[in-house]
Amino acid sequence: MINSKYFFKGFKSIKGIDSPALALGASFIAIGALLKNIGFNLEQSIFSTFLTYALPGSLVMAESFIVGASLINIFLAVWLVNARLYPMTVSLMPLLLHKSQPRWKYYLSCHFIAVSAWLIMKSNYQSIEKKHRIDFWIGIGTGTWSIAIISTVIGFLAADYLNKDMMIGLAIVNPVYFGCMMVGAMKNLQISLSIILGAILGPAFFFISPEWSILYGGVLAGTIAYFVGELK
Amino acid sequence: MSEMSSNIILVILVTSFATYLSRFLGVVSSEKIDETSKLFKWFNCIAYSILAALIARIVIFPYGVLQDADLWLRLFVVIICVIVYLLSKKNLVYPTVLSAILLALLNNYL
Repeated sequence: MINSKYFFKGFKSIKGIDSPALALGASFIAIGALLKNIGFNLEQSIFSTFLTYALPGSLVMAESFIVGASLINIFLAVWLVNARLYPMTVSLMPLLLHKSQPRWKYYLSCHFIAVSAWLIMKSNYQSIEKKHRIDFWIGIGTGTWSIAIISTVIGFLAADYLNKDMMIGLAIVNPVYFGCMMVGAMKNLQISLSIILGAILGPAFFFISPEWSILYGGVLAGTIAYFVGELK
Repeated sequence: MSEMSSNIILVILVTSFATYLSRFLGVVSSEKIDETSKLFKWFNCIAYSILAALIARIVIFPYGVLQDADLWLRLFVVIICVIVYLLSKKNLVYPTVLSAILLALLNNYL
């Protein structure tokens, strides 16, 4: 059903010098501690990472929950901040689709689409034959998702020992890791321009609309980079 | 208490549904998109720029606890760590470990 050779090859991507384990671990330890502090119990915290597995979405959920936002407002806020997962999925799944593979694999494993697993897959897919890419992907996803769940537990249990400066230290690891991965992904003009313009326009649009800034800035930056790259 | 805890379960379910929705619709759309098409290339650019926008936003206008560290401190730590990443031949362990220690210490002592 799932080719174990490729599954474990993907799973092992959580080791090594470009491992996402530290970054994911730090972020989800922070999430575990945060969820405990806002009144979740251990089971609920595990359930949350298990089912959502997307960091900004969990942060927005926590912030909305504290202020007592309605379910509709939580839905909209989370949907908006996680809408980036749509273009991420559309720019990943066509690389993994293969006629011989059953569809349920794609609909289940899309749950693993998060920045870390996505970036690892994007930088490694060419070394895997197309037929086996989905199994390789499920391996990466299972590995990164497991780290997130285990770290949530650690964070929950360690919450009382983490002071504010330590929480701030944990919170910067994630943007630093992804920032480095993005710099590493700048291999051609189109991608480099997408990344540089996105990093400028995203925060710039914050002054116009904080909620929509990532989508507005990202779509505009990506579109400009696409056309510049095509003209070249 | 039981009302509180069923409320938490609902919040988690709503959050995960709102998150899975974009992933699910992405797979539905992917069935019709060829990896060599222009549409795919365009989505690829948008995916990278949205991620860059998100990361820049987290550093400049953060959610949660990062708001308590000074903007210039956050920018300083990120820039130092990217330089370490490039100097260490793209080792991701050094910059990530360094970033946590550096920001926690600087925020405490400055």
